Amino acid sequence: MYKIIEKRELAPGIKLIKVLAPEIAKKAKAGQFVILRVDKTGERIPLTLADWDQKEGTITLVFLEVGVSTKKLGRLNKDDVILNLLGPLGNPTEVKDYGSVCVVGGGVGIAAAYPIARALKEAGNKIVSIIGARSANLLIFEDEMKEYSDEIYISTDDGTKGYKGFVSDLLKDLLVKGYKFDMVYAVGPALMMRAVADVTRPYKIKTIVSLNPIMVDGMGMCGACRVIVGGKTRFTCVDGPEFDAHEVDFTELVRRQRAFIEEEKKALEIFERGELL
Amino acid sequence: MSKRDRFKSVPMPKQPPHERIRNFNEVALGYTEEQALMEAERCLQCAEPQCVKGCPVEIDIPAFIKLLREGKFREAIMKIKEKNSLPAVCGRVCPQEDQCQKDCVLGKKGDPVQIGRLERFLADWEREHGVELPEKKPYTGKRVAVIGSGPAGLTLAGDLAKLGHEVVVFEALHEPGGVLMYGIPEFRLPKSIVQAEIEYIKKLGITIKTDTLIGRLYTIPELLNEEGFDAVFIGTGAGPPIFMGIPGENLSGIYSANEFLIRVNLMRSYLFPKWDTPIKVGDKVAVIGAGNVAMDAARCSLRLGAKEVHIVYRRSRAEMPARKEEIENAEEEGVLFDILTLPVAYYGDEKGWVRKIECIKMQLSEPDETGRRRPVPIPGSNFMMDIDTVIVAIGRRPNPLIQQTTPGLKVNEDGTIVVDENMRTSIEGVYAGGDIVTGEATVISAMGAGRKAAKSIHEYLMKRKK
Repeated sequence: MYKIIEKRELAPGIKLIKVLAPEIAKKAKAGQFVILRVDKTGERIPLTLADWDQKEGTITLVFLEVGVSTKKLGRLNKDDVILNLLGPLGNPTEVKDYGSVCVVGGGVGIAAAYPIARALKEAGNKIVSIIGARSANLLIFEDEMKEYSDEIYISTDDGTKGYKGFVSDLLKDLLVKGYKFDMVYAVGPALMMRAVADVTRPYKIKTIVSLNPIMVDGMGMCGACRVIVGGKTRFTCVDGPEFDAHEVDFTELVRRQRAFIEEEKKALEIFERGELL
Repeated sequence: MSKRDRFKSVPMPKQPPHERIRNFNEVALGYTEEQALMEAERCLQCAEPQCVKGCPVEIDIPAFIKLLREGKFREAIMKIKEKNSLPAVCGRVCPQEDQCQKDCVLGKKGDPVQIGRLERFLADWEREHGVELPEKKPYTGKRVAVIGSGPAGLTLAGDLAKLGHEVVVFEALHEPGGVLMYGIPEFRLPKSIVQAEIEYIKKLGITIKTDTLIGRLYTIPELLNEEGFDAVFIGTGAGPPIFMGIPGENLSGIYSANEFLIRVNLMRSYLFPKWDTPIKVGDKVAVIGAGNVAMDAARCSLRLGAKEVHIVYRRSRAEMPARKEEIENAEEEGVLFDILTLPVAYYGDEKGWVRKIECIKMQLSEPDETGRRRPVPIPGSNFMMDIDTVIVAIGRRPNPLIQQTTPGLKVNEDGTIVVDENMRTSIEGVYAGGDIVTGEATVISAMGAGRKAAKSIHEYLMKRKK
């Protein structure tokens, strides 16, 4: 049982929880994730670590309420407990001094990009951040990102804040203006990461993405999270979650993410009617 | 009773096929007391029992059968438990036909004594009548870390606890039991029975820490040097599923058997949406492979509503690795067998969901290194099958995480861990056993390895100063 010691709503439908998990906090590294289960009948939900505090013994998770599982999680409050929490999982980000790194975060992915930006900044890199959301009220972790960015750029799809357009468009603008990056990190929805990969490909900038496929066990046993990278099938949970964006088959990733969409919709309808409670 | 033909075993009642394919309840119902006594009566009580030699944990089989037929059920189950801490599990899933029952003298002329069914009867009797704990040796002050709570780890943990050691079992999943929980379906091994057997082992004084992935949260050197353990046992079992690497294999609707069975068994997807983890099974299912796992997946598919389930297997019936009983159960339930058939590609619809398999017919040629006749494709025999769900059940590799995070641990080319005859690895104080050493095998062979490693660890700990 893992106690929630803080809960905040960052934006409509986006919530942050801080969970007491001293063993995980002690071992966590940038780029890693956890798998949690809210209750006895719950799904195993993979979530990238948004932060951790060794002294306090906590980890921070940020999530978007999309289906039954994340809505159930969102209903928990301070002092409630999560039944199961496993981690840290996955390979950490390869942190070293690359020179100048552009960290791109989209939507709830900004929270997952934050520890990566921080680790890269602390390793001596110059950090240019691009963060974006559909609309200004959905933009999260701006202050956190600012703290570790030498420069920060903001985009919204509807133009309510910063640049009007996608983060990938904004990145392209910077590249056209002559910005030079030794590395680009992108975390966000699959289609956003694909767009970023498409922008950096002609510039031959090494681009790393953190993938978010469907997972079940999260430790290499089931293969639900398999993706094609460089023509080979890899398991995101143990071979990733970070891969070379230019090698990832995003079309397949998106398709596989939607495998249970009808079931998820049906379950959500029942849940919203309160029948599963 | 005297009129009974000594060479015929007492059949075990089962749920009829047309009923059982609509539920996940246990198929085999177990002997009644009368049936168990009748079956036990058949045992010849050989002076040189062959059955014991066939048992990987060397249960004194004639002794427990004698106690059973004298009506001393408590003594009989305690006799089994001297050697086996998981009798309700073994009575259900051990391949007795290849082990204890294989060389039963009665088997030469008729049916061997149904040892597994008798073991199951006693274990179930004990669960209903209250479990008695065996005596424990005084605390030795030694601590052992066990990685993995499957059959190998649980057996070892029970043995070492009885010998007075402190045992902590680390399990990565949210429920202990390993393959017994996530792999073998409810209708073959009810989860409440696994949980009861685990409760028994816990009562011997062991601690089970779930949600703890060794290799990430702690490494083996950390367990030994920082967390204060005197010895470590690696029983992590089989890991990543093997795929064939043919075109279209990542289409939606194609599951590894591991994913499919984890969803169904561990995550109780068959109760979706009451339980949150979904599963999707279409009308026509193809299961690739013909081992026990393939049979389990096929039979789960039927229960999840599939109209037609095919086992697609590249060799012939004689080479199928599944237990005969499981093949028969699957067949009774209406599973179809497409033998000498090899998938070569999958094709999907516009949404990326699998719709067709292209297969090629095979024929058997000369025996290969496994002694089985090698299947070779018949040129030009390709054909298409309409299908909307595929479950790939062709085996698993060892999980590499421990090997990658334990410097100095010797590993074979296939990823299994190297041990000597006493289950010692290349690192002092670190032992291994079960599928992580042998590659995929049976529950009972893993238990045998756990027992052997326990003995070896006990000797090591008692010799060690400190």
